[in-house]
Amino acid sequence: MSDAMIEVEGLTKDYGAARAVDQVTFNVRKGEVLGFLGPNGAGKSTTMKMLTCYLAPTAGRARVAGFDVFDQSLEVRRRIGYLPEDTPIYRDMTVLEYLQFAAELRQMDPAKSPGRIKEIGGRCGLPEVAGKLVGELSKGYRQRLGLAQAMLHDPDILILDEPTSGLDPNQIVEIRSLIKEIGREKTVILSTHILPEVQATCSRIVIISGGKLVADGTPQDLRQRERGSRYRVIVEKNGAAPEAVRDRLASLAGVARCEAVAGEQGALAFAIDGAATGDLRKTIFRAVVDNHWTLLELARESASLEDVFRHLTTGEES
Amino acid sequence: MSPALVISRREIRTYFNSPVAYIVVTVFVGITGYLFFTQLFLEKQAELRQLFGFMPFLFMFMVPAITMRLLADEKSTGTLELLSTMPVRDWEVVVGKFLAALALLGTAVGLTLVFAVSVRSLGPLDRGPAIGGYLGLLLMGGAFVAIGVMCSAFTRNSIVAFIASFGICFALYLFGKLTQFVPEALQPLIAFLSIDGHFENIGRGVVDSRDVIYYLSIIGTSLLLATTSLESRRWR
Repeated sequence: MSDAMIEVEGLTKDYGAARAVDQVTFNVRKGEVLGFLGPNGAGKSTTMKMLTCYLAPTAGRARVAGFDVFDQSLEVRRRIGYLPEDTPIYRDMTVLEYLQFAAELRQMDPAKSPGRIKEIGGRCGLPEVAGKLVGELSKGYRQRLGLAQAMLHDPDILILDEPTSGLDPNQIVEIRSLIKEIGREKTVILSTHILPEVQATCSRIVIISGGKLVADGTPQDLRQRERGSRYRVIVEKNGAAPEAVRDRLASLAGVARCEAVAGEQGALAFAIDGAATGDLRKTIFRAVVDNHWTLLELARESASLEDVFRHLTTGEES
Repeated sequence: MSPALVISRREIRTYFNSPVAYIVVTVFVGITGYLFFTQLFLEKQAELRQLFGFMPFLFMFMVPAITMRLLADEKSTGTLELLSTMPVRDWEVVVGKFLAALALLGTAVGLTLVFAVSVRSLGPLDRGPAIGGYLGLLLMGGAFVAIGVMCSAFTRNSIVAFIASFGICFALYLFGKLTQFVPEALQPLIAFLSIDGHFENIGRGVVDSRDVIYYLSIIGTSLLLATTSLESRRWR
């Protein structure tokens, strides 16, 4: 067996006539935290439901921990922990009862499960609500209980659908570090549309849009792809005609577009898009010096993950 | 412990943590007690036939009420997703729910044993029909519950589940009353389908395999259909 814990190949899911997931292929290795990104309705949850054996793929196949999600679903389900979207939990049970119920359903050793429940409950910050009914919990605690349930049996693979939704900033930081820690030895897939979260926790990103996979790589890879193409130049006005300056800059080799943008008083600001990925800063600087303009600012703006995301999922230039 | 039992234990706890169990048991024992004792004092006979006589009718209303939310609720709140991504087979979920509802019904019916005991103190009680009657109640109750579980599996709305299972149970009950109105050739079939006819047979103290098989096949078919309905999300 290779160290690929999750292998997804040409995975497709149709809901009636609508195609929710279209030919998605990716792998997740052991010790990786994979961020699953996409706008709402892109097919993130549907893909996760197929990986957790809740739904069956229309076409393609997926293997989790070496077992097929359709033919060996019970083996797959023994090895995963899953946090569904919106964290559905029986409202009439207390936190402790619920964790005991999950431990029994997973056939955990009755001698060890109380200790394990205590440990995981502590890590997820649940002891203070152990006796409370789930229906009375705040969204944040419910989310933590869902996480505790997913991690209870110490699974090799964790599949988390929007694990930090509903948490306050402090809890988010805690949960992220917990996920990162788990990700060191286990395999984690988490879906989200919060981009800083991906940067903070994930070692790899898969972006899907309209059911199709549009990007797969490390956060650095993805930023690199988009980067190096936009510059911001501010020169002192000094009587120079704005149009002349703009035309001069636009005519430089390697510049695709140059636009005047709003700048501070007495200065002219331009946004320049490079045609290729090369560095245009030198060229721009020379042009400014040759024309005896006074350079106030010259910066290359590297694309943020937001830009990458927007670009890939809407197809529009940022 | 097997997953089916874990699920049924959780479900029983839900019944008894909410007013459902208490209302069901109280209403059931109250109605049967009233009907039974008014009849008893009229007829002055130490027998339970009267008591068993109302049961099919009462089950028809009560059982759908206790089974309606079993699976429909899990679907509408999304907890089914969590349950079915655990290492639990779909049939174990269905059987767990079935056993839980049967246990609640059994509690209600079990309390009517008090009537049996009090009748015995009034006069000699014929054992055969009494034991047969309770065995028949168990089988008939199982069939009603299984139908209820099936209806709950088919929908995410518990009201729909209630009405559907009431409708099916009522139809099966009605078959027994309709025999005069159908063509002669169909009479044996219609009589065989009647859900309380078989109960009456067993209630006479004669346990015929045909009657037992009738109930067991209703239970089996309904639970199988319920399981298939849960599984259907995998091939839809």
